[in-house]
Parts: sequence; C-alpha cells; structure tokens
Amino acid sequence: MSEPILRVEDLKTSFMTSAGEVQAVRGVSFTVHKGEILGIVGESGSGKSVTSMSVLRLLADTARIKSGKVEFEGTDLTKVSDRQMREIRGQKIAMVFQDPMSSLNPLIPVGKQVAEMIRVHHPDIKPDELKEKTLQLFKDVRIPEAEKRLKAYPHEFSGGMRQRVMIAMALANHPDLLIADEPTTALDVTIQHQILKQMRALQQEYGTSIIFITHDLGVVAELCDRVVVMYGGLVMEQANIYDLFENPLHPYTMGLLASVPGLNKDKNERLQSIPGSPPDMTRPPKGCPFASRCAYARSICAQECPPFVEVGSRSARCWLLQPDAPAEGNPLHEKLAKAKGGAG
Amino acid sequence: MEQPILQVEHLTKFFPAGGKAEVHAVDDVSFTLRRGRTLGLVGESGCGKSSCARTVIRIYEPSAGKILLDGQDIAHMSQRQLQPIRRKMQMIFQDPYASLNARMTVRDIIAEPLKAHHICQSRKDMDDKIFAMLERVGLTAEHAGRYAHEFSGGQRQRVGIARALVLNPELVICDEPISALDVSIQAQIVNLLRDYQQAEGTSYLFIAHDLSMVRYVSDDVGVMYLGQLVETCEAKEIYDHPLHPYTQGLLSCIPVADPKLARAQENAGIEGDLPSPVNPKPGCRFCSRCPYAKPICAEQTPAMKEAAPGHFVACHLY
Repeated sequence: MSEPILRVEDLKTSFMTSAGEVQAVRGVSFTVHKGEILGIVGESGSGKSVTSMSVLRLLADTARIKSGKVEFEGTDLTKVSDRQMREIRGQKIAMVFQDPMSSLNPLIPVGKQVAEMIRVHHPDIKPDELKEKTLQLFKDVRIPEAEKRLKAYPHEFSGGMRQRVMIAMALANHPDLLIADEPTTALDVTIQHQILKQMRALQQEYGTSIIFITHDLGVVAELCDRVVVMYGGLVMEQANIYDLFENPLHPYTMGLLASVPGLNKDKNERLQSIPGSPPDMTRPPKGCPFASRCAYARSICAQECPPFVEVGSRSARCWLLQPDAPAEGNPLHEKLAKAKGGAG
Repeated sequence: MEQPILQVEHLTKFFPAGGKAEVHAVDDVSFTLRRGRTLGLVGESGCGKSSCARTVIRIYEPSAGKILLDGQDIAHMSQRQLQPIRRKMQMIFQDPYASLNARMTVRDIIAEPLKAHHICQSRKDMDDKIFAMLERVGLTAEHAGRYAHEFSGGQRQRVGIARALVLNPELVICDEPISALDVSIQAQIVNLLRDYQQAEGTSYLFIAHDLSMVRYVSDDVGVMYLGQLVETCEAKEIYDHPLHPYTQGLLSCIPVADPKLARAQENAGIEGDLPSPVNPKPGCRFCSRCPYAKPICAEQTPAMKEAAPGHFVACHLY
C-alpha cells in the first residue's frame, strides 16, 4: 500500500448545546493513503460528516475538537493557525458538499465562482490564464458548451450540473485530498452515475486521494477502495472493499448489508431490518453504541466498549471477536476464522 | 376478472406556467392497480410521479382523463362528493418532518381522520382505535401524548402511517415513504407496510425513485419519464427484461452493493439531463438522450403496445 496522506488519530469532537454536550465524534482513527478512495459509511448521526468537518476545521462555533490528531503531510491540522489552515483549505484539501442547490452563490456567475477559487490561492495570475484554466476545469468535469456556460448563473443549471461546478471548484488547485460529503445523495440515480464515473476518472487522472462520505453501500461498492463503517460516533469496522462486502465482521455492518434489498432479492423474502434506532449522542451509551440494537448483544456489551481486533489490514470492534470469546454458539467465530485464513 | 381497485385512464394534469406555457406534469397516463397489490411508480425527479399520485387522490383536479376508484369515476367530483370517498383512499407522505403538525400530540394527529369521518361514537372508542393502531405500527399507547419533535424520523413515519391506516382504507398512496429515512430504518417501514397489506388486503400505489426498493415491494411497476408512462409490467419482468431504452439506462445506473460485480460491468448509464416539461416537443420525450433514436422518434409520440404478454412499452423499437 502507498504511503499515508492523512492520519486521523483518536479524534473527539463535541457540540456544546443548550441540551448539554453532544458527543458527535468519540475517538475516531483512520488513515487515507495516497491515491486511494476511502469510503466513510454510516447513518445520520453516526458522526461521519462531523469527522470530515473536523479535518478541515469547518465546524460551527458551538463545536470543539476536544482531543486527537489530524496529521496531514506531517503537520497536525488541529494545531496550525487559522491563517495556515486557510492556505491548506481549497489548495491542498478541498471539499464537495452534499447540497449543490445551496452551496453556490446565486448572484455570481458560476465561472467567476470557480475562477475565484484559483485566484485566492494564486493572486498574481493573469486574467487570460485564469479564464483558460477555468474553462479547462469546466471541460474536465464535462460541462457541455463549457465556454457559454461560464457566464451562466446557478439557477440556470440542473442539480447534476451544479454538482459538476462544485467538483470543478474543488479540483481547481489540484488538491492532494478531496473530501466529498454525500455529493450524490441529492441527485437522481442517472446523474449520480455520471458524477461517480467522473470522480473515478478524475482520481485516476490527477491521483487525488478521496474521502467519500455516504450512507449508500451501493455507491461505496462502486467507487471506494477501502471502507470505514461508523456508528454512534465511533468506528465499528474498517476493511478493504472486497473483504467488507464478502465477509463483514461487525454485526452492524452485517445488518446494514442485509437491509439493502438489492436487485436479486425476491418479494417473498422478508427484508432484514435492524430494530430500534440510533443512540442519543447527548447521553452516549457507556458500552458498545450498537449494543441496544444488536441481536448478539451480551451483558458485557452494554458495560464496556470493545477494543479493536486486527486481522491483517482490517479491523473491527466487537466483544464476540475477542480472543477469549467463546467459540461455541458464537456467530462471528467462523467469519473471524475465514478472515484470518484470507489474511494469513 | 375481479374489478381492480384503481383504474387510471388517460390521466392528464397540466399546470399553467405563465402565458401560453404549460407544464405537462402528467400527460396521458393509464394504469391499473389490482386489489390487494402494490403498483410501483418510478422515475427521476421531475418525471411526474408525485403529481400523478396527487392527482389520483384528488389533491389536484385532473385536466383530463378518468380516475376509477372501485369503478366510480372521481376525476371531476366536487369536494363535497369526494368527502365520503376519501375514507377509502389515504396517503403517506415523503417527509416525516414536514407532514406532522408540530403543535398536535400524536393522539390528536391520528384522531383527526377519525373525527373528519365521524367514525367514533365516544372518546373511549376513539382512544381504543388510536391505541390499537399505534401498536400495529410498532409504537405504544405511551407515545400518544407526545409531540412529533420527540420522535426520530423512523418513528415519525410510523405516526404518519398510523394516521393513514386508522381509517382502514382500501387504497393507500405512498409517496416516497422511505426515501428520507436511514437504510436500517427503511427496511423496518417496508416490512411494516407489507405486514399490514398481507393482513388487510390493502392496495398500495407506491411512488419511489429507489428502484431496488420498488422492485422489492411491488407486484407491478410503471416507469415514468417526463410526464408519461413509458413501460409497465410485472416487477420481476421489468428488472429481468427491461424493454424501453430509458428503463434499461435507469436500471444500469443503480449502484450494485457488490464490489466485484460493480467493477466487472462497465455501464454506459444515461447521458445528459432531463429536458424541460414546459410545452414539450412532439415525438418521444426520451429521444434526445436515447442511444437508439431513429428519425421517427422525433416526429411521432410512440403509443403503448403490448410487446410481450402483460408487458407494455411505449417505444418505436417495438
């Protein structure tokens, strides 16, 4: 595997609200390698977006990064000054947001908005060169009739086209890392398909590393190289894409995969659902956050959060995976053995 | 053959868009929903599936066409005439955050349809009905005194479902009931709707853009594009043998939750964007994006034909 570009270590981010401290991210660690597409999967409230916002320090005033390190190319981003952070944002790390409808300024032509992104980081650029670069970006993200479209306003664009503008903007300075927070969730499947294809092509062309945040396992399967599964502000499992889909080790991942109907499931087959709902993060559970919804939960699960068990390059946290967990009647025993066999 | 619960014939709904311009939201759509079954209507945003559902339940008055509910045409009935009929058809809305009154308790929300139709004789009778309904949708009598903001999205949708089902309607229009919910919660709601259908024989018109979910819940599927129905047949058939180029493209865009499979197939997808539904050009609406378009496609609107038994498609290729 290539060298790491971003290393997040034991990140904890909370929001101070009138209802108390909301512990959105409670100790998250993961690594992004150069040229890799890392998927972060989780439901609403799992802390996946707050994690990415913490990396770029784009949090609301009520939020606080309580501890942890965000190491990007050797520097800890939680420690750098606001001024240095501004240099990094958009230049080295760029972001594409979920909602292309509200992320663009409605009063400024889209071409100008993309050009601004280049000018901010290259104040001495000549107008001709700036225009040329903007045009090239529009062509790179396949906006038809790019030259004409530079002067258009956001309302003249469809959702898919606006998201292309957002991607052009993010790629303007050839960032080393691109964070995409549910970039296709607001779009139709046909447009989503176009955008995903585009992102893959751009990643291959520029070698950009991508963090792709989504709740859609189908999108992860199509696009990502590795996946981090989050729940209740914690990482539950991380693995490369093939291992995760073929042999999920955490009961939450298993439940998530089973609740996707897919195209080959029969109508007579009942859809497996995960009972209950996600935990309230103002009062996060003491033990494993998934314990209250887990079919295999035992008494210890509600008491204490399990440590990670590492198998080769993958890891998962569940008491049933621990070396001292009983083999008999353990639904994960065989899966663990299979994972070990594959890794060995 | 048994009379279908719902027959929609040449349903048309145009909205004025200033001057002579008209949005052709629903344009000559016909379909049949069999009793106790589920018909899935799918398509991208702007294809008219929600307008179609809202016209069927007479939130909108259709510009033309027939809506036969139990054989009775309700297309142009007055609100007064519709009042008793509304008991037979109810709707579940997409957004569980916007569709529940924030100032009403759950009890009041579910009581409203009962009051509107003068169903209960006494308060106790009403409470019994409400509590029984809450339990059926996986909530408890304890929840009745609470307000919508105290619930999660999935629980709110259960309240919305309880409100729709408390009248024991024959037809329920589900307008994207799960698309605002998390994956693990979607399955709960789908199972709930299925269990109710199996017990009560309710018919569902299920609107969605998530094709994999639609295939799973529906008996029959209709695919809409820019206000028109382009293909309709049994659910399994449409996924196994899609005929219309649009359906084929749409299906190829669904992300497959299997990395090996997803990477093995290179899908073309569909290029371009949805054209404007304002005064659309004659001919097939899809022809500007269709890889198989012929000269005739731009000139003549293709009629619905039965390409295989029970499989209808509107395309000049067949």
